[in-house]
Amino acid sequence: MHEMSLAEGILQLIEDATRDEDVGRVSVVFLEVGRLASVEIESLRFCFDAVVRDSIAEGARLEISEVPGTGWCMDCSQSVPMSDKLGGCPRCGGYKVQVTGGTDMRVKELEIE
Amino acid sequence: MCTTCGCGHGETKIEGHAYAPRHSHAPGMAPSRMLKIEQDILSKNDAYARENRAFLAGRRVFALNLVSSPGSGKTTLLCKTIEMLKGKSTVAVIEGDQQTSNDAERIRATGAPAIQINTGKGCHLDAHMVGHAMHQLDLPEHSVLMIENVGNLVCPAAFDLGEAHKVVILSVTEGEDKPLKYPDMFRAADLMLLGKCDLLPYLAYDVDRAVESARRVNPDIQVIRFSATTGEGMADWLAWLEQRR
Repeated sequence: MHEMSLAEGILQLIEDATRDEDVGRVSVVFLEVGRLASVEIESLRFCFDAVVRDSIAEGARLEISEVPGTGWCMDCSQSVPMSDKLGGCPRCGGYKVQVTGGTDMRVKELEIE
Repeated sequence: MCTTCGCGHGETKIEGHAYAPRHSHAPGMAPSRMLKIEQDILSKNDAYARENRAFLAGRRVFALNLVSSPGSGKTTLLCKTIEMLKGKSTVAVIEGDQQTSNDAERIRATGAPAIQINTGKGCHLDAHMVGHAMHQLDLPEHSVLMIENVGNLVCPAAFDLGEAHKVVILSVTEGEDKPLKYPDMFRAADLMLLGKCDLLPYLAYDVDRAVESARRVNPDIQVIRFSATTGEGMADWLAWLEQRR
């Protein structure tokens, strides 16, 4: 969803971080994307390439590491792995699971020239 | 487009006026090195949302973010709500649509102040656009601000606007399984308003199944059935609103 906005968000973070630095261009952007962040990685790559045109990050490569999803099952009273938001608890099969991790999308670092 | 937040892809307009141009960088030469950032991609939006929340708190304004698919009856619900609150509370409205100011005009016809944001190609409102719009609306103390998001059950889920609650509107002319198809939105909302209930006699719609779908995605979601046409459930909706202000 809204991958175009996310790509613009990434570009803003890049532009903010490099504004006061002596940077020719950004060559690699390292991202961390949670499995439950509702982001289509392929779509994000496509949008990113379009958004960074004519910017300091034109042609930059996206290196994306995925973070597994985790949740807290209220019935089992324990942390459980989650593969998707609707999957329920892998232990008891119930749906009283609160998502606790794997929803974030972060820009970790940049390789700059 | 705004130089600091960059939303809207150059086509966002508030009441027909564009805001701020884009900036650019010139390339240079240097050996490669790493630059730590460690920031959430939505952190800019979230910072604007915090500002909006502080602004609203300063004026004791209660803000709701109304989300749904297009055509669910958000604007009709708002018109009816404004009418019923007349003389009790001031309601102001921020309308989000890709194009036209039709919805803001419908709201203004009720006598309530309204401001239209056109997102152009954008599929959702973000906290920066809403911040601009909020400052243009002269929000009185203790008023209610209704933000009618772009009709879209996907993208608006991720963008905090500074509201107290997200309220999702589902109409009975849509499928009962919509919460399962678009779980992010129903998970983000605190209240589901099930609308157009006056049409139930003519439809093969299973209300229990719709509620069950929503609770499967969000066990804590509250549900109110309503019809803006007959007035069914409107008192419950206003009571919900009053309790949380």
